[in-house]
Amino acid sequence: MQLLITIFLDGLTYASYLFIVSVGLTIVFGVLKILNVAHGAFYAWGAYAAAYAITYAADMEYADWIGFVCIFLAAAAVGVVLGMIIERVILRHMYAQDEVLIALATFGIFLILEDVILLVFGVNPYFAYQPMALLGRIPVGGISRDVYSFTLMALACIVAFGCWWGLTKTKWGKLISVVIYDREISQAMGINVSMVYLIVFVIGAGLGALGGAYVAPTLSVAPGFGIDVIVLSFAVVVIGGMGSIPGALIGALMVGILRAVAVHKMPELELFVVFAVMAGVLIIRPEGLFAPAKARTI
Amino acid sequence: MHKQFAYKVLRSAAIASAVAAAAMTGATAQAKDTIKVGVVSFLTGPAAGPFGVPGKNGAELIIHAINKGELPAPYNTKGFAGATMDPVYTDEAGGNSKQVAEYRNLVEKQNVDALIGYISSGSCMAMAPVAEELQMLTIMSVCGTPRLFEEKLRSVVFRTQGNAVGDSIAAARYMTEMFPDLKTYTGINQNYAWGQDSWKFYSLAMEKLDPASKASSNPQFPKIFSGQYSAEISTLSLDKAEVVHSSFWDGDIEAFVLQALVRGFFEDKKFVSVVGASAVDSLGKKFPKGVVMGTRGPYGLLTRFDRSRALNNWFVDAYKARYGVYPTGPSYQYAKAVLYYKLGMDKAAAMAGKFPTQDEVVAALKGMEFESFGGSVKMALGGGHQAIHEVGYGITTWDKEKKAPSATDVKFYSAECINPPEGTLAADWLAQGMPGAKC
Repeated sequence: MQLLITIFLDGLTYASYLFIVSVGLTIVFGVLKILNVAHGAFYAWGAYAAAYAITYAADMEYADWIGFVCIFLAAAAVGVVLGMIIERVILRHMYAQDEVLIALATFGIFLILEDVILLVFGVNPYFAYQPMALLGRIPVGGISRDVYSFTLMALACIVAFGCWWGLTKTKWGKLISVVIYDREISQAMGINVSMVYLIVFVIGAGLGALGGAYVAPTLSVAPGFGIDVIVLSFAVVVIGGMGSIPGALIGALMVGILRAVAVHKMPELELFVVFAVMAGVLIIRPEGLFAPAKARTI
Repeated sequence: MHKQFAYKVLRSAAIASAVAAAAMTGATAQAKDTIKVGVVSFLTGPAAGPFGVPGKNGAELIIHAINKGELPAPYNTKGFAGATMDPVYTDEAGGNSKQVAEYRNLVEKQNVDALIGYISSGSCMAMAPVAEELQMLTIMSVCGTPRLFEEKLRSVVFRTQGNAVGDSIAAARYMTEMFPDLKTYTGINQNYAWGQDSWKFYSLAMEKLDPASKASSNPQFPKIFSGQYSAEISTLSLDKAEVVHSSFWDGDIEAFVLQALVRGFFEDKKFVSVVGASAVDSLGKKFPKGVVMGTRGPYGLLTRFDRSRALNNWFVDAYKARYGVYPTGPSYQYAKAVLYYKLGMDKAAAMAGKFPTQDEVVAALKGMEFESFGGSVKMALGGGHQAIHEVGYGITTWDKEKKAPSATDVKFYSAECINPPEGTLAADWLAQGMPGAKC
């Protein structure tokens, strides 16, 4: 029983981290129909901005809880600034292009942003452990767990609820749903599709940055931070269905739980299991588990 | 008649030209004022901060000092066989395919005279065949896998850093001597050559040194640069093993320590870190006390405040003055490799009576024994191409007077105590119970 609880909580922790990072990627694909490779850079920039702000606050001897404020402010700043610049300056001019070209463009943006990180923040790692250390630990299932990981799970739930509520209960959510369904008709009906695209891209970038900002206190924020997360995010999004938020949630849970099982029982399969699940889903259901229905256009 | 005469003249001219060409491309090397050497380390990526940049700094400091003749005696002669070194710093990040291309670029386009560097065992294993193919003198400064020379002997590849065998056996000896009551152990090591080898040799050594010890059936091997260890920490916490062995390096050790520290991991388990000293300096007072820490040699954290060696004194003071921080393990490892190259060049030049050829330098380097910053180094394995030296471990603490991390209960193990004799595979030597080990 102790082992089951531990595996479950480990899986939920990892799934929460994956979901927060992946949901932005799937939202951008769902609305803008672009595979945003630069999403890994938003994650890295969010982490660096948060780590920088937290260490600055610590040097100025502010209370440790200020670190949490720094996390959300950093994520918002990165999402708004980088998201707006990239969407307005580059992507807006490419929506009519082939999807592969757009993906290549976002890959180029990713490489540029990764190198700019070195120029802005340097090569030395940042340690912004204060928020995690502040919350301490609690015994659960016979071992000590950090309280911070439970707040990560709570944040994932808030993000999931926020996405659902935003899409189903707000005017902008309905507009986004319409644009997803048919961009041309939406435009013809007078919806400012360009503004919808901008807002969605900024939200997606912000969510990616939030994922990086929130995990920054748990590790050393160092160059190359965003590379691995792109691969994992794609795996989660592909499993769940590109463009599906419930799919990203289920995909993250599947990857998180299965990875935790592998770590506890067969550590040598830890990396394999993620991509084995992806391959299995693609064989059975190539569009992903919860891919949105597509209207056939004549 | 005229045709025959012309033919003879032409034939003689052709022979004379061939002889002249052979003489020009023969064994005699032109004297040089400057040599160009590629210095490879991680300048970007997660390994840059804790390993690559300190390594590059160590090399840079020593190259500058040797060029100016500023090293303490007896190494205070100027230059490398009198020539000034012009280093070409190259980034080791980007994967093995990129590194092979960079290596070829350095050799074939930039015409370097030698290469020094490489931190990752993956890089070393990938570059060694290329070095042999291109016959370019390559001195590897850090990487730890013993497979570099155990799988195949090399003609132009050298390594001035001891391998995972010595590190692991020293760790096992330290644990059985200092903590004889801790019988059960597990591990968390990166899933590639270095991590796998470190765990393998630690387990083999423990089995022989303390037959009553028991290895866990579930050691962890996460992907290198993974960064997230929540599930691994849970697994290790549930494991009944009292000791956790780890060869984590770069940002992984820092991430692991931060995530484990908040969960009280180090209060419940005795953590043995083979090469985690970079995290001690990075995290400072935050780094947990009581961790068994190695530095892969007699330098860094274990000898920082030891003022008994003139060369070490000079290195620590000069490094701190130039870079504002103490030198760490990688700083020493790169400096040692550069020093070794200088000694090889000088020795070859003295023997040849002129500026040496690469073959003459290789012959001089083979089997050399020399005094480095942290102690004696012998190129005793791998046909005279692989270094052995003493390795130490200590227990981390915080020095309140110096306001810096430090280590207590430091013990060093001699090279002959922790390395197999030449010609014997490490696994076989361990299986036989380490016969002939001089401790």
